[in-house]
Amino acid sequence: MNVNSNSYTYVFSVVMVVVVAVMLSVAALSLKPAQDANIQKEKKQEILKSLGIEVTRDEAEAVFETYITEQLVLKGGKPEANPEIPAFDIKMADAVSKPMDEREVPLFIAEREGVVYYIIPVRGKGLWGPIWGYVSILSDGYTIAGATFGHKSETPGLGAEISLPIFTDQFPGKKLAVNGTYQSILVRKGDASGDHQVDGISGGTITSVGVESMLNDCLQPYMSYLLARNPALTAPLAANSDPLISVL
Amino acid sequence: MSQATKTEPKEALFSKKNVKILKDPLNESNPVTVQVLGICSSLAITVKLEPAIVMGVSVLVVTAFANLITSLLRNLIPNRIRIIVQLVIVAALVIVVDQILKAYVYDVSKQLSVFVGLIITNCILMGRIEAFALANTPWKAFLDGIGNGAGYAAVLIVVAFIRELLGAGQLYGYQIIPDSWYLDNGGWYSNNGLMLLPPMALIVLAVLIWVQRAKFRQLIEN
Repeated sequence: MNVNSNSYTYVFSVVMVVVVAVMLSVAALSLKPAQDANIQKEKKQEILKSLGIEVTRDEAEAVFETYITEQLVLKGGKPEANPEIPAFDIKMADAVSKPMDEREVPLFIAEREGVVYYIIPVRGKGLWGPIWGYVSILSDGYTIAGATFGHKSETPGLGAEISLPIFTDQFPGKKLAVNGTYQSILVRKGDASGDHQVDGISGGTITSVGVESMLNDCLQPYMSYLLARNPALTAPLAANSDPLISVL
Repeated sequence: MSQATKTEPKEALFSKKNVKILKDPLNESNPVTVQVLGICSSLAITVKLEPAIVMGVSVLVVTAFANLITSLLRNLIPNRIRIIVQLVIVAALVIVVDQILKAYVYDVSKQLSVFVGLIITNCILMGRIEAFALANTPWKAFLDGIGNGAGYAAVLIVVAFIRELLGAGQLYGYQIIPDSWYLDNGGWYSNNGLMLLPPMALIVLAVLIWVQRAKFRQLIEN
């Protein structure tokens, strides 16, 4: 057999392509359920983490059921009665590509030790690729209870630090509204003692700026709904009763 | 597969020659420091030790099996399309490795992100297949793949060790430099932020090559 003849070369390449294609399809299809399960569990794990509940990926499923009481889909600040996609399955990458008031965005409501938390998924752009996260908000509708961030390919040691406690631990207690109006979180260099500032990552400026615009872009569509659910804010005299602001 | 019968049955699995095939790439013919292959990825993922180790292991697995498969097929591959065939073998293996990592060691696969895919472009793979696997029996090719993968991994680990220690004061994510040494806490020490940036990988690697050649003078080119 002449392995260098034209006909052999053609036959060899056709057989090779078919064999490799079948092999890869089998591998991809048979591993898909395990991969999807990992992604689902990780999502639940991240949502719980923004509440300050650390679980392993395998426990996430059960713990998620215990704490998350409601999953809503909001559009233009109002809950959708019959959303096209259930809240948990909404892909944030698709949602954030639409203008703010046309988005269908998920809101997770959790109850932990009698306290209600709202959990908002966020997604935006870092330096090299997408960044995302979950922000949990106290029942007053504007005080951040916790935040967690993830990234696809930010620089290790620099931008990638947004997913570490050194960055996320700054978020609890920050406020998203002043006197009932939305106020975005600013990622600053240096001093970040204010109610709306967090300290950025040195050497990861573009990622930090990405976090800032991601938070602004993704939290804003929820604010009218969350603030409206806080009875103190809708009462006439509540506007000037933010004790922390006056202290600082 | 008629090749199987062509292996020399008399030679022991770990004969002197075979052990040399396995051990040479660790030092004398190290793919990174001597053959200067696979430099690009060794610069990209050596900021921290953990991804460097996982990347080293992944490359080791892929070089070993790509060499083995190519060597098994070596008498069947038409010469004119051999580079394409090699690429298909490597790419298929890398995709399988990536899928398996995603399914069973999800955390690790997240850390390596794009770099697993980039194993395909690693020059060591094509270099070893072209130079060794096409001309040698499967077992020898397999050993050569393991040796070169390990040689690559060793360099990654050394560079990542230096960069993580000096750049972040940590090793494998654990703080090594005591907190009290840092300027922020009234000490005298500060991490060298330059170490985290890509150019320092090149300089650390160059120093490594220098040290190796100073010690093994036969490696110095005329």
